[in-house]
Amino acid sequence: MTDATATHHHDDHTPSIWDWKRWVYSTNHKDIGTMYLIFAIIAGVIGGAMSGLIRWELAEPGLQVFTGQDTGWGAIFGNEHNYNVITTMHGLIMIFFMVMPAMIGGFGNWFVPLMIGAPDMAFPRMNNISFWLLPFSFALILISMFVPGVGGDNGFGGGWVMYPPLSTTGHNGPAFDLVIFALHIAGVSSILGAINFITTIFNMRAPGMTLHKMPLFVWSILVTVFLLLLAVPVLAGALTMLITDRNFGTTFFDPAGGGDPVMYQHLFWFFGHPEVYILILPGFGMISHIVSTFSRKPVFGYLGMAYAMVAIGFIGFIVWAHHMYTVGLNVNLKAYFVAATMIIAVPTGIKIFSWIATMWGGSISFRTPMLYAIGFIFLFTVGGVTGVVLANAGIDQSLHDTYYVVAHFHYVLSLGAVFSIFAGFYYWFEKIFGVKYSSLLARIQFWLFFVGANVIFFPQHFLGLAGMPRRYVDYADGHAFWNMVSSFGYLIMAAGMIVFFVLLIDAALRRRPAEANPWGEGATTLEWTLSSPPPFHQFNELPKIK
Amino acid sequence: MRFPAALGAIGALFFTLTAAATAMPAQSYPIDGQLGLPPSATPVMDLVHDFHNILLPIIIAISLLVLGLLAWVMVRYNKKANPTPSKTSHNTLVEVIWTAAPILILVIIAIPSFRLLYFQDVIPEADFTIKTTGNQWNWTYEYPDHGDFQYVANMIADEDVASWPIEAHRNLTTDLPMVVPVGATVRMEVTASDVIHNWAMPAFGIKMDAIPGRLNETWFRVDEPGVFYGQCSELCGLRHAFMPIEVHVVPQDVFDAWIEAANEDPYEAPRVLYAHYDALRGETRVASAQ
Repeated sequence: MTDATATHHHDDHTPSIWDWKRWVYSTNHKDIGTMYLIFAIIAGVIGGAMSGLIRWELAEPGLQVFTGQDTGWGAIFGNEHNYNVITTMHGLIMIFFMVMPAMIGGFGNWFVPLMIGAPDMAFPRMNNISFWLLPFSFALILISMFVPGVGGDNGFGGGWVMYPPLSTTGHNGPAFDLVIFALHIAGVSSILGAINFITTIFNMRAPGMTLHKMPLFVWSILVTVFLLLLAVPVLAGALTMLITDRNFGTTFFDPAGGGDPVMYQHLFWFFGHPEVYILILPGFGMISHIVSTFSRKPVFGYLGMAYAMVAIGFIGFIVWAHHMYTVGLNVNLKAYFVAATMIIAVPTGIKIFSWIATMWGGSISFRTPMLYAIGFIFLFTVGGVTGVVLANAGIDQSLHDTYYVVAHFHYVLSLGAVFSIFAGFYYWFEKIFGVKYSSLLARIQFWLFFVGANVIFFPQHFLGLAGMPRRYVDYADGHAFWNMVSSFGYLIMAAGMIVFFVLLIDAALRRRPAEANPWGEGATTLEWTLSSPPPFHQFNELPKIK
Repeated sequence: MRFPAALGAIGALFFTLTAAATAMPAQSYPIDGQLGLPPSATPVMDLVHDFHNILLPIIIAISLLVLGLLAWVMVRYNKKANPTPSKTSHNTLVEVIWTAAPILILVIIAIPSFRLLYFQDVIPEADFTIKTTGNQWNWTYEYPDHGDFQYVANMIADEDVASWPIEAHRNLTTDLPMVVPVGATVRMEVTASDVIHNWAMPAFGIKMDAIPGRLNETWFRVDEPGVFYGQCSELCGLRHAFMPIEVHVVPQDVFDAWIEAANEDPYEAPRVLYAHYDALRGETRVASAQ
């Protein structure tokens, strides 16, 4: 796939980065991708600070932070309701404003056109509105924390799942209406982005690049955006019903009027389960490229890898009620969802083993992205096997809504998705920014993250088995020790985050010029045939793929 | 810092039942540093334990297999050890194996999983029914088969824990426990009055959503007397963490006496329990308290 024709340079058209019109009016996929990445970093810092408040509160039994007491400086963080607000916002921000913008908006925008040899996205102006909807959506959801939620307390504290009646009669203030509008706007942004990617990938591949020659990252984005296109409208519908239940007297989810709160859960999880695959699939794509590049070997079982992602995407739509084993489902229905859920382990296993087989017989160099990729493979496995445990409805009666679940989904997201984002970030850093980063600082950050994240989340398995329910501002004294350990882990990971910002500043100040291809012969996709950073407009003559 | 306490608990791995004093019934609550599931009190939880004992070795073995393979390729196929990479990208045999082997493991898991699921979910003929209703933020208990009395159980305040008539635990003890006799098969009806709650009892292997407009049912049978604690397990607002569940399993005669007292005034009925525990201790604290 490497045979790109020489690119013509049009750098003379590149506007200054200080020209605000370049960003606000941008129709350039690379500029929009950069804005998405910066947006994701900002949202990630806010969401990460919120998890700091959570770990601070849970470090010891009793109320530390959300005491509702005037500490002399006023009740800074408020009461137990505000704790629920913080956990809710942490989840929504990390999902909708950190992982999705980074993976799909950031890396997807940057590298889907480059990898398929296209000059830009199919609908550049739609790309612009996709991005610019997000800051407004983010603003709405942040503002919601400061307007009345329930009683005299501000913000929406009903969890990221937003179950009624807690989100309808349980939160009578306008805060949750703002959350709904924020998610509607974020949903519009996602759907527009999805349409754009589908059109781009189907119509703008360079001559000779058949679907079966397409890089795996593009495959992963293609599957992801199909999931978005099919899942997000269901969430939008459920949220719209919440709006009318709250404000216009309908009773979709109110048993007093013939509705059913469980119907919301079905709708939400019909969106919610594909959503968690939306969060991880682009990571699968990136990890495949990174493992292949640094093993100097082609991806093992390319077609199996591509169709494993398609299979995961498809199965993702038929397993939603495994989030609802405790609502009182019919036992045969539960048996079906147990079986369907466990099947996901098969294509996931194919991917894990294919990555290892890609390394097998390779000539591996342990550069920073490869460290993250290897860390990802192991930690995603750990998160995956606890998923197999949770898939069983019988044992889920013990583990549902405990910290076991929290540990499970943070292993696949905080240690899976986030590690793959950092792997991709360091893999493409030079390509995106045109400067090198300090490999030493990046390695320090990796080890702080690897140790810190495991210290945070591994003990949570024990807490969950012992029965500690999630979303608890205070717990039984018997859960104290592992909570303390978990909170220490946060400090380690926070130190890693500080190193990350030192790395960014260091790279910006030293400005060591990037190479077009710093990774050598293992890096075979089209973006490495271009300069770093690539010209403002690339592939004016389409590359030919053999 | 709670390291000493935790180290002690690690030493007593999985032993989370502690009998306070001498002849007192066992209390079941989380122990600091605990690593595993709570000890079982019901036939359902017995099966949960059995099933987890099957699952845990499997998932540890899979994780170690992946870790071992990664370690092997990192040692054997790093740049120094293997300067020229192979170009192998297909091997039909291993691809078939790593597709078929997981399916086989899943089938092995599925058999005990379905056995547990159907045992848990199909309710046997019950001796009697208790109905509980989740409210923000307490539980209402009704005994329709024993005179249809009802009462509301609230968490006790932190400052009352030390002076509570029986061994009490912060965030776990309620002012009015639910009471059942030893060996009875109890059918629990679970619903809610405002938002969704969840009636969870870890030692019983029970977690059942309490949903307004729905009546969920589950069951349990406890064969040894004891005091069991659980906590609301579905986010329900401000005081979600502070609406615990406390179940006392007592001998039939104590249960009968409690029922009689509860039909008079359920809010005074716990005296029967305290008297029973005091008798076990050979004390008469109730009399002196009066």
